[in-house]
Amino acid sequence: MATSSRIASVSTSLLKNNQYGISSVVGRASSWWSHVEMGPPDAILGVTEAYKRDTNPKKINLGVGAYRDDNGKPYVLPSVLKAEERLSAKKLDKEYAPIAGSAEFCNLSINLALGEDNEQSKNGLNATLQGISGTGSLRIGAAFLAKFFPGNKEVYLPTPSWGNHTPIFKHSGLNVQQYRYYDPKTCGFDFQGALQDIAKIPEKSIILFHACAHNPTGVDPKPEQWAEISKVVQQKKLFPFFDMAYQGFASGDVARDAFAVRHFVKNGHEIVLTQSYAKNMGLYGERAGAFSLITSSKEAAQTTLSQLKIIVRPMYSNPPIHGARIVTEILSDPSLKSQWLQDVKGMADRIISVRTQLRDNLKKEGSQRDWSHITDQIGMFCFTGMNQQQAERLTKDFSVYLTKDGRISMAGVTSKNVDYLAHAIHEITK
Amino acid sequence: IMKLFIYFSTNASLILTALAYRTDEGKPWVLPVVRKTEKQLADDEALNHEYLPVLGLQACSSAATRMLLGAESRALLEGLAFGVQTLSGTGALRVGAEFLHRQLKYTTFYYSSPTWENHHLVFTNAGFAEPRQYRYWNSETRSLDLDGFLEDLRAAPKDSVIILHACAHNPTGCDPTSEQWTQIADVIEEKQLFPFFDSAYQGFASGDLEKDAWAVRYFADRGFEFVCAQSFAKNFGLYNERVGNLTVVVNNAVHLQPMKSQLTLIVRGMYSNPPNHGGRIVATVLNNPQLFEEWKESVRTMAKRILDMRKGLKERLEKLGTPGTWDHIVTQIGMFSYTGLSPQQVKHLTEKYHIYLLKSGRINMCGLTTKNIDYVAKAIHETV
Repeated sequence: MATSSRIASVSTSLLKNNQYGISSVVGRASSWWSHVEMGPPDAILGVTEAYKRDTNPKKINLGVGAYRDDNGKPYVLPSVLKAEERLSAKKLDKEYAPIAGSAEFCNLSINLALGEDNEQSKNGLNATLQGISGTGSLRIGAAFLAKFFPGNKEVYLPTPSWGNHTPIFKHSGLNVQQYRYYDPKTCGFDFQGALQDIAKIPEKSIILFHACAHNPTGVDPKPEQWAEISKVVQQKKLFPFFDMAYQGFASGDVARDAFAVRHFVKNGHEIVLTQSYAKNMGLYGERAGAFSLITSSKEAAQTTLSQLKIIVRPMYSNPPIHGARIVTEILSDPSLKSQWLQDVKGMADRIISVRTQLRDNLKKEGSQRDWSHITDQIGMFCFTGMNQQQAERLTKDFSVYLTKDGRISMAGVTSKNVDYLAHAIHEITK
Repeated sequence: IMKLFIYFSTNASLILTALAYRTDEGKPWVLPVVRKTEKQLADDEALNHEYLPVLGLQACSSAATRMLLGAESRALLEGLAFGVQTLSGTGALRVGAEFLHRQLKYTTFYYSSPTWENHHLVFTNAGFAEPRQYRYWNSETRSLDLDGFLEDLRAAPKDSVIILHACAHNPTGCDPTSEQWTQIADVIEEKQLFPFFDSAYQGFASGDLEKDAWAVRYFADRGFEFVCAQSFAKNFGLYNERVGNLTVVVNNAVHLQPMKSQLTLIVRGMYSNPPNHGGRIVATVLNNPQLFEEWKESVRTMAKRILDMRKGLKERLEKLGTPGTWDHIVTQIGMFSYTGLSPQQVKHLTEKYHIYLLKSGRINMCGLTTKNIDYVAKAIHETV
């Protein structure tokens, strides 16, 4: 295959390379890249690009996965601004961070996740390192499990899950399977389906959970349901992998959003935990996140940490400092932390408020449908229950942009556009 | 040993193993233009922390590629080159290696003997199954073993990826001359090998951006398709911000979109998108003529200090009458120097003089200052 493409491309290269003589021409030109095929386009990016092209003044972008304020603008948290001012005054250097990131950042992160007085970090049972936000932390975890997990190297994902979970695990060499999660009939949690499927998972497999604010459905198990799930996971000797990308951002309360993680850990599960500061601190592009392995001994924590570093080194050597320094500044200072907790509650409250408004408006429009899932669901996203045709019509007729699975980002809803949105959805679904 | 040398103390020990630039006071240096730019960015209310595109900030990657290839580069002018903002040089190497392995199915790679120890790990973790070395450093002559190098390349199977240090070879500091690069290119072309440049020191080596990019530009002008990992850790002093670029040069524009889409998928599955802060600093400086000049001046400052230390060390050793030839200290370039000292000599230096260097005899020239250079010269002299 390579040979024929080289021969075919000789004529092209002759035109470009004639200054060096014939011998330098044969066998190069486009020969190296002919195998490269176009990859599938990014669905979500496509939504935003189509939105940008639309000239309708009433257009709404509900594809965006980043928080927007009530004016539809990106939001830099006041606590973040303050932290940055303080950092700039400190005139810190730019020397390499340790491979695992700063110890302080790591400690603050695990304590945020598990609670200030958690037994695990007190006893040095956690192997924690800074990761490149949530994605990078997931990748480190996946690479570690692919190399060292002694059980069945398959990751069970809820159906549906964040689209990027699958490539992250596959690129690391792990197989991906599913368990039932979302019930399209109720637009809620398929608790029985999940329990049944989880019970069938081969022992010692890896099972991934969204700690809170499930992406893309917004559907979370209730605390009692988490307790049940924890029991089954224990019985089947499954290994829990928690992806916590929205702590604080979901309910507005960091402890409440970490319930599932804390419950599992308190009940003796050794887990993997990834954390992202992209949404809850609005640090999206600064790539601040953490990866933790909760083990049962200090020795295990140390040995696993040394292996985790060995995975980081050939990937990017050491992590980017800016976002992590902001996180550290905020979490280590009581007044800044308190400010941050208010900031994140503010974001969560706004989302909860527009959920309520949307649901109320749909009722006001005269919709006969049950829209309670809009307020039952939590976090950035809402699975409206609309099918692909309805979603497409919503875009075509009303310039409301969403993904074809009927998912809308509540972050794109504001008090100014929620009336129009409710009207549009009602028109499409009545 | 790598962890020991964060601190420099004049009375206790002398660290010549640090991985970063140090001023004549032995301190880390945040470039004034970087501080200035950070302040400018902080004051710009239009900026925020939103996600960058997967392939990075366009202003950063295009400026980085332009800095490497030169604005007049045929490849650039014909739209045949692009950049991907990455997690510093390591990240660029890893993304490039993953692409070459996954998309082009390459499995064999060559690295110089010796080389930066992470090269091997990056490529094997990216899926390359066949690591091989090419001869490079001749410890007897303390110079490039060109014959060995070319012989090993001639024996390389087609489609082998060859890791080439664009300048300031790490760890030897020994670079091929332009004549030697021509010969290297001839063999690579003849054997249909794939060049993968690692450019971690552009500007930092000689003080001149063009000079340090000579080899890469030569390959580009000769019509090679290749990739080049760039780091802004040393030349911008942005070590912990992780700013780098993967420059890709092709011969047919029809491949650009498919390549970008596949690179996008690789990045997405690894870390989604690169860090904003460092990318903006580099983009701002490289695209602003005045800041760019200020930056080049800082780069010259760093390079000159290192060159002065090289010259100074060699002169002192010659003046002391230290046995052996010490020309290699000034003919080598960049942060590191392979002194040629044996492991026993290194041990002696450490134990008796508290001078820390790698047992390969590699020293970081940045650890030398006007205040300690006499001490070091005398210590080496006595040791040898």
